[in-house]
Amino acid sequence: MGSIVNVILQRLGLGILVLFAVSLIIFLGVELLPGDLCQAIQGQAATESTVAACRRDLGLDQAAPVRYIHWLGNIAQGDFGTSLANGRKISELISVRLGNTFFLAAVAAVIAVPLSLALGILAALYRNSWFDRSINILTLSSISFPEFFVAYILILIFSVKLAWFPSLADVSPDTPFFERLHKVFLPALTLTLVVMAHMMRMTRAAIINLMASPYIEMAKFKGLSRAHIIMHHALPNAWAPIVNVVALNLAYLIVGVVIVEVVFVYPGLGQLIVDSVQKRDIPVVQACSIIFAATYVLLNLTADILSIATNPRLLHPR
Amino acid sequence: MTNLPQLEAELRAGTLSRRDFLKAAALFGLSAAAPSILLGTSAYAAEPQKGGHLKIGTGHGSTTDSLDPATYENNCMQSIGKTIHNYLTQVGADGKLGPELAESWEASDGAKKWVFKLRQGVEFHNGQKMTAKDVVASLKHHSGADSKSGAKVIVDTFADMQADGDHTVIITLKDGNADLPYQVSDFHLAIMPANADGKVDAKSGIGCGYYKLKNFEPGVKSSVEKFANHWNAGAVHLDSAEFITIADVTARVNALTTGEIDAADRMDVKTLHLLARNKNVRVIETSGNAHYSMPMRCDTDPYKNPDVRLALKYAVDRNAMLETVLRGHGYIGNDHPIGRANRYLDNNLPQRAYDPDKAKSLLKKAGAEGLKVQLSTSDAAFAGAVDAAVLYKEHAAKAGINVEIIREPSDGYWSNVWMKKPFCFCYWGGRPTEDWAFSTAYAADAEWNDTVWKNDKFNKLLVEARAELDEPKRAAMYAEMQMILSDDGGAIIPIFNNYIGAVTNKVGTPEVIANDWDLDGQRAVLRWWKVA
Amino acid sequence: MKLDSPTNLSTHTAVIRPSKLNLALRELWKAPLSAKLGIIIVLAYVFVALFAPWLTPYGESEIVGGPFELWSEKYLLGTDNLGRDMFTRLLYGARNTIGIALITTLLAFFIGGITGILAAILGGWADQIMSRVVDVLMAIPSLIFSLLLLTIFGTSIPVLIVIIAVLDSTRVFRLARAVSLNVVVMDYVEAARLRGEGLAWITLREVLPNIMPPLVAEFGLRFCFVFLTIAALSFLGLGIQPPTADWGSMVRDNATLISYGDVTPLLPAGAIALLTVGVNFIVDWFLQKTSGLKDGQ
Repeated sequence: MGSIVNVILQRLGLGILVLFAVSLIIFLGVELLPGDLCQAIQGQAATESTVAACRRDLGLDQAAPVRYIHWLGNIAQGDFGTSLANGRKISELISVRLGNTFFLAAVAAVIAVPLSLALGILAALYRNSWFDRSINILTLSSISFPEFFVAYILILIFSVKLAWFPSLADVSPDTPFFERLHKVFLPALTLTLVVMAHMMRMTRAAIINLMASPYIEMAKFKGLSRAHIIMHHALPNAWAPIVNVVALNLAYLIVGVVIVEVVFVYPGLGQLIVDSVQKRDIPVVQACSIIFAATYVLLNLTADILSIATNPRLLHPR
Repeated sequence: MTNLPQLEAELRAGTLSRRDFLKAAALFGLSAAAPSILLGTSAYAAEPQKGGHLKIGTGHGSTTDSLDPATYENNCMQSIGKTIHNYLTQVGADGKLGPELAESWEASDGAKKWVFKLRQGVEFHNGQKMTAKDVVASLKHHSGADSKSGAKVIVDTFADMQADGDHTVIITLKDGNADLPYQVSDFHLAIMPANADGKVDAKSGIGCGYYKLKNFEPGVKSSVEKFANHWNAGAVHLDSAEFITIADVTARVNALTTGEIDAADRMDVKTLHLLARNKNVRVIETSGNAHYSMPMRCDTDPYKNPDVRLALKYAVDRNAMLETVLRGHGYIGNDHPIGRANRYLDNNLPQRAYDPDKAKSLLKKAGAEGLKVQLSTSDAAFAGAVDAAVLYKEHAAKAGINVEIIREPSDGYWSNVWMKKPFCFCYWGGRPTEDWAFSTAYAADAEWNDTVWKNDKFNKLLVEARAELDEPKRAAMYAEMQMILSDDGGAIIPIFNNYIGAVTNKVGTPEVIANDWDLDGQRAVLRWWKVA
Repeated sequence: MKLDSPTNLSTHTAVIRPSKLNLALRELWKAPLSAKLGIIIVLAYVFVALFAPWLTPYGESEIVGGPFELWSEKYLLGTDNLGRDMFTRLLYGARNTIGIALITTLLAFFIGGITGILAAILGGWADQIMSRVVDVLMAIPSLIFSLLLLTIFGTSIPVLIVIIAVLDSTRVFRLARAVSLNVVVMDYVEAARLRGEGLAWITLREVLPNIMPPLVAEFGLRFCFVFLTIAALSFLGLGIQPPTADWGSMVRDNATLISYGDVTPLLPAGAIALLTVGVNFIVDWFLQKTSGLKDGQ
């Protein structure tokens, strides 16, 4: 077990390097964007003198490396700083939205992950049956539609026609849990449809890929049932690709929901980061990116550890 | 054969499309009058009811918004501003200037010196009494070298500003300006309580408006509740209201259809005829000064040549653009920015029509046959700007002009494309006065002279008309300026867009809806009511 | 039950020795109905994509009528929001969309697949460096990253292809690496190493054939995700330059109509869905063949 702990520690250390690299790339990226915060906030109404005043005021007239190092120094002390656009504390700005983002992702994951694994296993079990085919066509069609379009269709059915769920998911911190659940149901369902096909198909493919292995043949000769073989012999060895795809999609649920947030007016981090990129509000973009990056690193680390745990040979390469 | 009132009724009932209505109305010789019929009339204009909570979905509002009035740049913040703040003057729903915090005003010295008499007994949300000091501090908030305000251009024309006692403010201008009372109604120039140091705490959201701010989540929602101690509290109907940012137009329509919001701005013209079929929803539409323009930089070839500019103006089929980009929800422009909500719009100026042959001959005269131009566009300029560019390309091709469309990223359009690229798309919200419209974008020294157009006669007239207090003389001057701009100016102004909002049948609206901005002049919360 | 690994298959054919074409046709004939359907769909799309200018009644961006005309003999599927023929735009859309998606996906798999396998084979520091670089790229939300890059580099089609391919390749890398890790610990890879085979040989001959199934499954999906990425970008005002027709932007342009029960936006969306299903039917068949399992098992 010691080697797993070593791997984790090593990876966590590298994770911090990753976060550092991300912050540098994002900083450079936003710096390279034409225009700056002052022009962006003032939009069409900007004049040379008001832009210059704004830059002096926010310290944007300092050289870029100076600002980056300054930012890095603050981060090291756990201070995310303040938004340049409206002067609010970033930690306050983000904390509520981060909670919302995780809540929506959690609801979507609770529906999507078990459902797609179950459907994937069933599809592998009843391979080429009408069940397998229709599940395939259904999930494939659902991911062929852009997510805003899936959202519009769900809204049309469930809120305009049936009036079961609201079309706005405008939760606030004092929204009670069940009302919150009710409000995020449609966005969560949209996300479920978007990520399900990927996980379900990977589960099915990974299992089918193993079905031709000699040890599965062996199990078949022993006269074990197909369901037993899949659950006890194929699935444990198929975890590596499945876990990877699940991790990818979980990360997507947290990081990639900008469009769903826009359509359902859900106050998550995605909307904040797009607005902030457009306004060139670097400290906010940086803070959001760091959070997203940390989520990615942790999820990937978890996926890798699970892959290793399910295939002990990986623990001792060569 | 049906008659006009019946057509109108069918139109309202949604059995007749707007286009069919216009066609049918044209048979009665009423096409010119038709748009006014379609203005924000109100079928539910019964007696206003008191109380209730109004939820407004707006297409604007960003997580980076701030409460400082100097930074208001979108319809959401401007509406909130007009709800929680009062201004010296206000433009009424009928387009006429009226008093608000200033009870009266008077000009002297060739419209150079202005004396504003303030209302007494006005209280701020924090209990402080409003005096002349607060007014001076609030206006000064926008001036000075460190100002980031969109109203800096207005306060920079002040040579001096003094409080004379507690209830008089004297403003001395650098040059005469008959429109100053209009300009101080600008949404930036909110009156806020002054601190001891003579500065205002602009980000506090404290003002002396009809409603006080209860909750502010930029880019999500903001709520306000009635301010009981307002000097004119009886004039408004609602107990409270909420502004919800819903950037996506489809989401906005859905929320309105399901009754999750009571009112919304910026409806999609593409689907308006479908929305109008919904019995529970009422469309509110007004024709104002907002317009789309296509500025050409007059310091850059080939736009240096006035004949080339004129040829490009003849190469646009305005009616087709109006029908396609706005589905007829607007009216065609005449290459100047003066619109129906202005006082001195010259209706006698001949309307420029689509004339590819004329464009060709103008290009021949200019020695620019087979002209090739690049047109920068993005839906950031206005919704449909990309479509408008595609249309223009098709129209201009018939005049032998080859237009290459360059789709620029929405992100940073205003800082990187507009005023930089020689030929692009632009949107103007319109200004309530002619002088404001001209001196914002067409005066030689204007900060936003996006056409870099410098016409001596025009600039001379502009200064003269500004200080002219005689109405007919002023009207004649502005008419001449519209003509000069239309013939020689650097901007193609093909269409003016209507403000189109919608409300559910739970909302009552007055007979007349303002046409200067979205949402009843951004004063929906102050003017509308809930129907029980 | 008999095992049909690729090597087994080749010994089979060595006996019978039919021509390659013959063999392919025979395989096709034996293919399940779904695979045949998939092949027909894909071929039809390719045909339309190649011959769009000859199949369409109007020009790609020609304005031929009023906006939103109804379906008629003159305008087979009506007209779009500008009065362009919907049928014409759909056919041209096939050309632009499939072309871009195919190039992008191939590029993404070329980059991601090769580097992923190499990372698994080399292990150690090489693996760490490649994995962390990919972590960094993936840790940045891809829509934000695309927004940044497209704003900096402009939105021409080649730039669009390269950016989407590079961002997509990170996902391919992770998958390729993960499945290769399972393969490189196998005895035959060890044996190849001991024989002193080169890196390229191990990558292409030992590892690649054994990780093909999950990669191909991924290809089927990634290919379709490219359309969606373009649609998502057009939601943010980036994406393909007008008046070029592409399905993603066509869905976006007409999406509002769906709220009123109008089917127009379903046409381009349906075109994407049908192709997705077709491509993945073929992928499924391939999975079936490579896994050596027969129908009905």
